[in-house]
Amino acid sequence: MIKKLFKKINPGVLLSVPYIAHLMLFFVYPVVFSIILIFHRWDIVTPMEFVGLKNIERIFMDEVFLQAVLNTGIFLVLHIPSQIIIALFFAVLLNEKIVARGFFRTLYFLPVVVSGVVVTIIFQQLFSYDDGLFNQLLASISLPQVPWLVSENWAMPSIAMMATWKNVGLYIILFMAGLQSIPNDLYEAARLDGTNAWQRFYYVTLPMLNPTMVTVVVLSVIGGFSLFIEPYVMTGGGPMNSTLSAILYIYNQAFNFAHMGYAATLGLFFAAIIFTVVAMQRKFVETELYQ
Amino acid sequence: MKKWGLYISLFLGALVFAYPFIWMIFSTFKPDGEIGNIALLPIEWTITNYQMVFDRIPITKGFFNSLIVTSVVTTSVVIFGSITGYALSRLKWKGRDTLFSISLLTMMVPFQITLIPTYILIVKLGLTDNLAGLIIPTMVTAFSILLFRQSFLTVPQDLIDAARLDGCSELGILFRMILPLSKPAVVTVAILTFVANWNEVLWPLIVIRDQELMTMPQMVALFAVGGGADASIGAQLASALLLALPVIIAYLIFQKHFIKSLASTGLKS
Repeated sequence: MIKKLFKKINPGVLLSVPYIAHLMLFFVYPVVFSIILIFHRWDIVTPMEFVGLKNIERIFMDEVFLQAVLNTGIFLVLHIPSQIIIALFFAVLLNEKIVARGFFRTLYFLPVVVSGVVVTIIFQQLFSYDDGLFNQLLASISLPQVPWLVSENWAMPSIAMMATWKNVGLYIILFMAGLQSIPNDLYEAARLDGTNAWQRFYYVTLPMLNPTMVTVVVLSVIGGFSLFIEPYVMTGGGPMNSTLSAILYIYNQAFNFAHMGYAATLGLFFAAIIFTVVAMQRKFVETELYQ
Repeated sequence: MKKWGLYISLFLGALVFAYPFIWMIFSTFKPDGEIGNIALLPIEWTITNYQMVFDRIPITKGFFNSLIVTSVVTTSVVIFGSITGYALSRLKWKGRDTLFSISLLTMMVPFQITLIPTYILIVKLGLTDNLAGLIIPTMVTAFSILLFRQSFLTVPQDLIDAARLDGCSELGILFRMILPLSKPAVVTVAILTFVANWNEVLWPLIVIRDQELMTMPQMVALFAVGGGADASIGAQLASALLLALPVIIAYLIFQKHFIKSLASTGLKS
């Protein structure tokens, strides 16, 4: 009986049922529920209380929210250019005819696969003010010590530096792939025009790597707004909220203060910012390419 | 002459990326007072840091919890991802293209939106403090469906028609013929899912409170933050090394597959 029924249904529909069920439960339901949550105050235990637009109004008066957006901005302004420059540098070197290319590539990529928890615990000690490796190296060449994680001006740049160290291996690989996809004819033509190596890099290599640059920026923006474990373990968001990230703020609102409605509203706002930045980036690159 | 500069730069780079790990390995064998020393090798070798980790936290339990979650999720993502990828690529049915568009849409929605409501769903389902609460939300992913779909589209239609004429069921065609032909896609999905879930720490921190059920990265993070390590840097580093070891070993064995798979996440955008 059941077998007969199954035979009647198109196998494509049948095979999609598990995914559709999962989609309903873990995509449609959360998205709809997040919109409901925006208009409510709720601590999960007592019944929901309708508050209208209060959560949204609150965001615009919330200086800590603004601080978290600003922190992410600082992180991205430091993180994106340093990643592009360092990744491009090593990708160009690795694309030369060299021995042991695989050995170098394996080492450069190692931090990418290791958990952020591990990287954070290592760097917490390396950044230590009194006996960390970085300050000892600075002292050995008679430079002043840097308050890496204890100063509110230095803490976010320190985290951006660590994140660059962890992620840059991925972008080295992407830039290498990008470099290999540039047709040799372009370089030949440029050489015939009497250009030097720098001009060829500037007028041929860089424009051809534009798609890879977009990828770096998009992934960095998404990564910047997902930053969590690094400040959670290293600084707890301090000093003076200077390393408070978007996710850490949502986490605190939801799980330390039980403000589910406000946390959901924050989530939606951070997502809207990600969306806008990524869309702007896409638009910018498209107009660049078609000019 | 030019080559010299090239190799010096490459070696300096290698040192920068590898030294923190080497430093970590030797520091776990140093007494706490020595970790601040600039010398790499311990003066006095000790295993007290590891003893402290095993005394203070059930890290073996954490390892097995992580292993269970990671292997169940990886198996499930390969199975359901390929089944859905097959339905979306090689079968014709009404609504197929709509479902594919929706799956693409889900990849564009940042998890910041769904984080809180998904947690509430897990609470309602009674799955907090339960490994199922870590497994079920990621049992199938849109990215795996997309990857499998792209790979399956390259399988010749004649092969599928022949198998169908032989009376092979749709699942039989998928698992006996198409999937063995799509090994690179299976490897990519498996590695990505394994690494992402082994390293995931935010979701376990939200769903699991009972120490006996914690995953390894969660346990190590809380050991460093929560004061369980009594501010002993050596013990924190020892727990971090134990956490990193399985992934590093897997990476060194399958490095080419790891690099190719992880780079493919960058190419999707």
